[in-house]
Amino acid sequence: MENIISLKDIIVEFDGERVLKQISLDIKDKEFVTLLGPSGCGKTTTLRIIAGFIEPDSGDVMFEGKRINSLPPHKRNVNTVFQRYALFPHLNVFENIAFGLRVKKVPEKEIVSRVGEMLDLVNLRGFEKRSVQRLSGGQQQRVAIARALVNKPKVLLLDEPLGALDLKLRKGMQTELRRIQKQLELTFVYVTRDQEEALTMSDTVVVMNNGRIQQIGSPTDIYNEPVNAFVADFIGESNIINGCMPRDCVVEFTGKQFDCVDKGFSPNETVDVVIRPEDIKVIPAKDAKLTGIVESVVFKGVHYEMIVDGVDYKWTIHSTKDEPVGSMIGMDVDPFDIHIMKKTKEGAEKAYED
Amino acid sequence: MKTRIMAAPYLVWMSVFIVVPLLMVAYFAVTTDKGTFTVSYLADVGQYTNIFVRSIWLSVIATAICLVLAYPLAFMLSRMKKHHQGTMLMIIMLPMWMNFLLRTYAWMTLLGNNGIINYLLGLVGLGPYKLINTSGAVVLGMVYNYLPFMILPLYSVMEKIDRSVIEAASDLGSDPRSVLLRVIIPLSLPGVYSGITMVFVPCISTFIISRMLGGGSNLLIGDLIEMQFLGNSYNPHLGAAISLVLMAIVLVIMTVMNQFSPDDQVLI
Repeated sequence: MENIISLKDIIVEFDGERVLKQISLDIKDKEFVTLLGPSGCGKTTTLRIIAGFIEPDSGDVMFEGKRINSLPPHKRNVNTVFQRYALFPHLNVFENIAFGLRVKKVPEKEIVSRVGEMLDLVNLRGFEKRSVQRLSGGQQQRVAIARALVNKPKVLLLDEPLGALDLKLRKGMQTELRRIQKQLELTFVYVTRDQEEALTMSDTVVVMNNGRIQQIGSPTDIYNEPVNAFVADFIGESNIINGCMPRDCVVEFTGKQFDCVDKGFSPNETVDVVIRPEDIKVIPAKDAKLTGIVESVVFKGVHYEMIVDGVDYKWTIHSTKDEPVGSMIGMDVDPFDIHIMKKTKEGAEKAYED
Repeated sequence: MKTRIMAAPYLVWMSVFIVVPLLMVAYFAVTTDKGTFTVSYLADVGQYTNIFVRSIWLSVIATAICLVLAYPLAFMLSRMKKHHQGTMLMIIMLPMWMNFLLRTYAWMTLLGNNGIINYLLGLVGLGPYKLINTSGAVVLGMVYNYLPFMILPLYSVMEKIDRSVIEAASDLGSDPRSVLLRVIIPLSLPGVYSGITMVFVPCISTFIISRMLGGGSNLLIGDLIEMQFLGNSYNPHLGAAISLVLMAIVLVIMTVMNQFSPDDQVLI
């Protein structure tokens, strides 16, 4: 597989404020790439650079090996599904989908058959004459997808396309988008701030914060091996504690030393220690290095979420068994479940915000 | 049910000051001084066909010029940053804070045979040209006075066109020209229709502008009506008849316009 899109050292400024700080990203052909991050992290800006709505202040935008920095959107072989669909209110479902073909002066017969195929693909047969303003959110979403796909783009850009839908519809559309992507063998660049969505749908997840890429990797990599505290905190819930590394494979936090599997830090380097709530085991207090008093218990369906006050830190624990509020419990973590991360400025910012 | 009561003050206002006068106009148009029914006044209106034609013609030209000037301006305005939009709108509205007569008087001094424009042209060896007392001056007066009424409805419709809809069009392969033709113009049509109405109707019934800038030779319907009530040729029955015919013409033109406007957009 080769790169269909390459962004090299992209810098974008709005009114003197730097929103993208030297971003480099390669997107492979037929790949489902998700740009994930909190609002204002620069993910939509990155998407708009690929679409051609924003020209970067410096850096190169490459499409199939050609530099396209200043190529206007209408000359690019990519199509966009906009955040709030941006359907044409004066056109019906058929004409909305046919828009791109009409612009290109495609013969009427071909338009009818290609729009028909798209209506089948997104299950909207019979809605041709319906005004788009009289469609539900989910249906509008499908029209927006069909309107983009009918042009047979090489790359489909999706800007938080499911953000406005309710949970159940979202789940359905996630599967459906994945099916469409596989069936048409297209490259998808998908923007979202929903980490679960990113993990379920993508081949590659690009985690962004503050105009920088934090980590690029497969969903399992991102979840299991976050590179810094920001990623760890953004992808799922985490306990993030200040610690230090006296030597390789030993980490000290809350005044006690624990075995771990990380090495390569300078002696006594201060680090972020990240522990997933589901990796903390509840054990009798008398056997434990870590103890705390159960402060609250919330039933979450699959598990109980307990907040445990350990004096130095309030731990979040996910457990299938609940403990009485006010009781003293012990906590234990396996060495490979203790993730050690170098301190980064942004990771620290995020950790202190919470 | 209770909310209906809130419309009562307006309903009273409307019946006393709009419906009743309209009925009186109609009554005067079809009766003589003695109160007997006649259609002779309405028939007399036919003598003034040339004035009707001139009024409609000049109003159409003025409306068209307003549209051509206002459309790009309104579009630019609608795409500006919000706080700049406010400033620009104020600048556009500014002339309207000044008295209508005063504004038209100003044009008299500008356009006069010894006016400022001819003076300046004279400095570079041109003219003098006959600027005032021409139909061109009347059209200029109409455009000048009524342009804001074209800009505002256009602006308010265009302002609602989502930027992302325009982006979607170019994303789907439309060059700027095609974006204009396929998206912006269709979506701004309601504004075009109401702008045309807001300019055409006052243009066709104006009398001050034509009298001040058009001299005696560019009489419009408005002047004609005014003369029947205030001028030497005092004849309120004929005046009422002309008013009635004018109303009918406007009604017909607006009905025709409505045939072209979108279903949910009825102008009158």
